[in-house]
Amino acid sequence: MEQVNQGVRENVYPQAAQALYRTLSQAAISAVTPIAAVLVALAFGAALLWLNGFNGTDVVTVMIFGSFQDARSVAEILLKATPLILIGAGLCVAFRCSIWNIGAEGQLYVGAIAATFVGTSIDGLSVWVHAPLVMLAGALAGAAWAGIAGYLKVRFQASEIVTTIMLNYIAIILTSYLVTGPMKDASAAYPQSARLVREAWTPRIVSDMRLHIGILVAVVLAVALYIFLQRSSRGFALRVVGLNPHAARYAGMDVRRNVMIAICISGALAGLAGAFEVAGVTHRLYQNISPGYGFEGIAVALLASNNPLAAIISGGLFATLRSGSEVLQITSQVPQVLVLVIQGMVILSVVAFAKFRDILRIAA
Amino acid sequence: MDDMMFLTFLATLVGAAWRLATPLIFASIGEVFSERAGVLNIGLEGTMLVGAFCGFATAFATGSILLGLLAGVGGGMLFGLVFAFFTITIKADQIVVGAALNLLGMGLTAFVFRTYYVSTGKGIEIAQPIHIPWLSDLPFLGEAFFRQNLIVYSTILVAILATLVLYRTSFGLTLRAVGEHPKAVDVAGRNVAAYRYAAVMVGTGLAGLGGAFLTLGHSNQFVEGITSGRGFIALAVVVFARWSPIGAFFVSLLFGLFYALQLMLQAQASIVVPYQVLQALPYLMTIVTLVVVRGKGAAPSKLGQPYEMR
Repeated sequence: MEQVNQGVRENVYPQAAQALYRTLSQAAISAVTPIAAVLVALAFGAALLWLNGFNGTDVVTVMIFGSFQDARSVAEILLKATPLILIGAGLCVAFRCSIWNIGAEGQLYVGAIAATFVGTSIDGLSVWVHAPLVMLAGALAGAAWAGIAGYLKVRFQASEIVTTIMLNYIAIILTSYLVTGPMKDASAAYPQSARLVREAWTPRIVSDMRLHIGILVAVVLAVALYIFLQRSSRGFALRVVGLNPHAARYAGMDVRRNVMIAICISGALAGLAGAFEVAGVTHRLYQNISPGYGFEGIAVALLASNNPLAAIISGGLFATLRSGSEVLQITSQVPQVLVLVIQGMVILSVVAFAKFRDILRIAA
Repeated sequence: MDDMMFLTFLATLVGAAWRLATPLIFASIGEVFSERAGVLNIGLEGTMLVGAFCGFATAFATGSILLGLLAGVGGGMLFGLVFAFFTITIKADQIVVGAALNLLGMGLTAFVFRTYYVSTGKGIEIAQPIHIPWLSDLPFLGEAFFRQNLIVYSTILVAILATLVLYRTSFGLTLRAVGEHPKAVDVAGRNVAAYRYAAVMVGTGLAGLGGAFLTLGHSNQFVEGITSGRGFIALAVVVFARWSPIGAFFVSLLFGLFYALQLMLQAQASIVVPYQVLQALPYLMTIVTLVVVRGKGAAPSKLGQPYEMR
């Protein structure tokens, strides 16, 4: 009896250890590419700084570590990570379905508009009702805005790349119209909406920091989307449509329906990000409510290889870079647009490394 | 408005439409080349920005518009070389690389502009309308057609030249075959990748020229994001034009008309619609265009696909 147990134990533990080892080594291998990509992008950023008479090492010392000063600065990074994780995770779903939604920026704006409307026009609700209602409004508006592009694609074969970009411009112009016109706070000189009622605000995590529960929502949703994509039959269908729409059609999958679902999910998360910007950060609608989170989200998703779980990490990384670039602008007058260059370089390096990995794999 | 005023309005409108269509004409004709060879370059917006900036910086330094235009073309092609390397040699996804180049174009131009130029606030001398004897003095017609600068007139030349190259030369024939049936080209002993590189170079060179027009022939300043979506609108123009250079010329003119209408109606005090509605007009019309011109019947069959040699 004793011997049998011993035997079982000997068999089980090595197996479990092997499985763990395999999972970890796979994770390590799949992490090599994005890490290398980020390093290359940072090196490029350093070269750019150095060539233009700035201090090149600032890219690491200030952009990466400069914003980790105290709890407050970390909270600010997480605040920036919230929309990036939401948008990045949502875009993972769209990109896996081969839907090129470049319109997260516009979907964010529309979400912010809807959140402002619900947060300013209703009064007297409990925070337990009003705050979630604002989030829901943002998500629905974002999904609807993305749904326009989805519908035009499945009904008229209009390229979603072009339509989502055009809808970005239209959403931003619409916001500008609303805050200078119908939604303008009459008492303010600057174009801005009225303030959201307090019950509509997204609750903060710690009362004296701006960080709100949106970051928790973002992480939970990213995990949920990962499970959705990997474990649900709908998620499977989305991936099949993305890989080969013809095969999906032969297998009896409704391609149009899956396309609509994928683009609406990504739009909903971008809209939710917009709702959080208004209800959690500014509490008013402004013309430039987003500094380009919608476009940055594309880089977040691509760095994460379209895996929503990894989007949590890449979203955090891009938020760090964005915070760091703000510090860099203040301390060394380096134009903050440096982040755009690094974002672009990250994407290019990711595709290059992925190709080299494929080549190595084939060679091996 | 009485009839005279309306005619004057119309003449100014047509003149402005052609001018505002010029960057779109260059970029979309360039993109026709690139897409005919099977390469979809959504990085046009970033490429145009690079062209606009290189053109501005060169004219700023040398005072020469011609050198500025050449620098715009060169900057665009340099950017195109990166795109071509990643999409044709490495065979990475064209949309992903295009998106990256848009970020890079926006970021690099804004970075250098803020570092060196923004504080100067100085503009440059831009291309002036040329006076054609008799024609420019015609009532209405002169205003509408004959008071443009040379860059605007050159759009006609580019459209004709592009058509001749694409349909009347062996290079053009092979280039179109590369987009439809690359394997046939490969079997016939021609280098598919080389043709695609050439097509992308033509495309990005023209996009760079279109961008340079914005700073050298239209506004006298570089502004961050000065292209404001023209690179993306050019993509829609190509679809509407059914991948034909002459078509791209006329569809761009139509979009120029939307831009011109927007600007001129904003100036009219009697118009009651909010100016943002007019601002959104080109973007709305782009969507309408894609819906009206349905289907992809005329699209090159291998558009967006890397070619794998077997």
